[in-house]
Amino acid sequence: MPIQLEIVTPERLAYSDTVDSVVLPGSEGELGVLPHHAPLVAMLGVGELRIRKGGSEESFAIAGGFLQVRPDKVVVMAETADLSSDIDLEKAQEARREAERAIEGGYHEGADLSAARAALQQALLRIRVAERRHREGPRRRG
Amino acid sequence: MASQRDIRLRIGSVKNIKQITRAMQFVAASKLKRAQDATLASRPYSEKLDEVLADVAAVLGEDDHPLLGEREGGKRLIVLITTDRGLAGPLNTNTIRFASREITEHSGDQAVVTVGRKGQDAMRAARVPVAAHFAGFGDRPTFADVIPLARLITDDFLNGTYSRIDVVYNQFVSTLTQRPEMLRLLPIRPAKDTAGIPGHQFIFEPDPRTVLERLLPRYVATRLFQAVLEAKASEESSRMVAMKNATENAEDLIDDLTLSYNKVRQANITREMIEIASGANR
Repeated sequence: MPIQLEIVTPERLAYSDTVDSVVLPGSEGELGVLPHHAPLVAMLGVGELRIRKGGSEESFAIAGGFLQVRPDKVVVMAETADLSSDIDLEKAQEARREAERAIEGGYHEGADLSAARAALQQALLRIRVAERRHREGPRRRG
Repeated sequence: MASQRDIRLRIGSVKNIKQITRAMQFVAASKLKRAQDATLASRPYSEKLDEVLADVAAVLGEDDHPLLGEREGGKRLIVLITTDRGLAGPLNTNTIRFASREITEHSGDQAVVTVGRKGQDAMRAARVPVAAHFAGFGDRPTFADVIPLARLITDDFLNGTYSRIDVVYNQFVSTLTQRPEMLRLLPIRPAKDTAGIPGHQFIFEPDPRTVLERLLPRYVATRLFQAVLEAKASEESSRMVAMKNATENAEDLIDDLTLSYNKVRQANITREMIEIASGANR
């Protein structure tokens, strides 16, 4: 039995399809959801969300938000969600350099520093997700 | 009677005006499309968030988070969302009138936070204390744009500056109708837990209280974002209609002026012919 998965962000509906399983970055560690999962509400961290569907796998870089699992449906409410093939690797690397500069440059004023750290974390994640895709290509399973 | 030349100049200037209003009409139409799409695209998120909030609220009580608690007395804050630019028909006038009525009907201390220049100007003129002002969020408001505003008012609510926060904005009903609306933002009143399965059947990770603590600020920001998007769509549709009317009026005016131009021209020709004819008789 497949599960209905929806990924929504404040700005758009990023994904909606039936899938076989999904692995998410929970705030307390990685979290896998298969059909017939118990009803669950969980907080999400920054990380990679992997969707398995048929023989293929897709992944999103997601940041923060919530997960709601219902018997018929899995809903991911993320702050941002980028499909791995949509990520612009160069842009992400640029964002990473910028964030690193900001941290080293010593904006040691609480808010700015944590914003830069968050930006760095997100840039690193995007790079990781995008590079994995480049290395492996879209995965196919027999 | 105006001379032929005067009328010709006026026709020229009205034509220029018509060109501008027509261009603005088309620009507004394309921006409206985008604003409308953005409004629709943001709806699923806020609906889901409502649902999760209802689930959590079913497990926890009202006292479990200060953002849920009703308080007696205290100051009231109105967040007034208007446009930055004018030429948007009666939109801002309606919103401001609606907000002013709310302000005069409510007794007790109150303040406003304005989003958009038009609202700020009006509130200043009416001598309502403006606690903060945010310039409009451009043509494509993003979620990140509203976060500072959300944080500011959430903090002010938590530290007790205000006991109630409302948002006044224009709801986008259709291209022809926009309605000023007031939305109670804080304290949050979660929806009844009716959709799906009851909240107490859920497992909460790490626990309901932590989820609630993260959820509520998000909820406030999402509500505000939604209101900003609705206001944006209203602005563009109102401007589009206003400019369409202006273009049509300009066309009518050009027709009228052309008619009187021809009349004057005809009169001049007739006069000259009479002069020539009477000269020849002499």
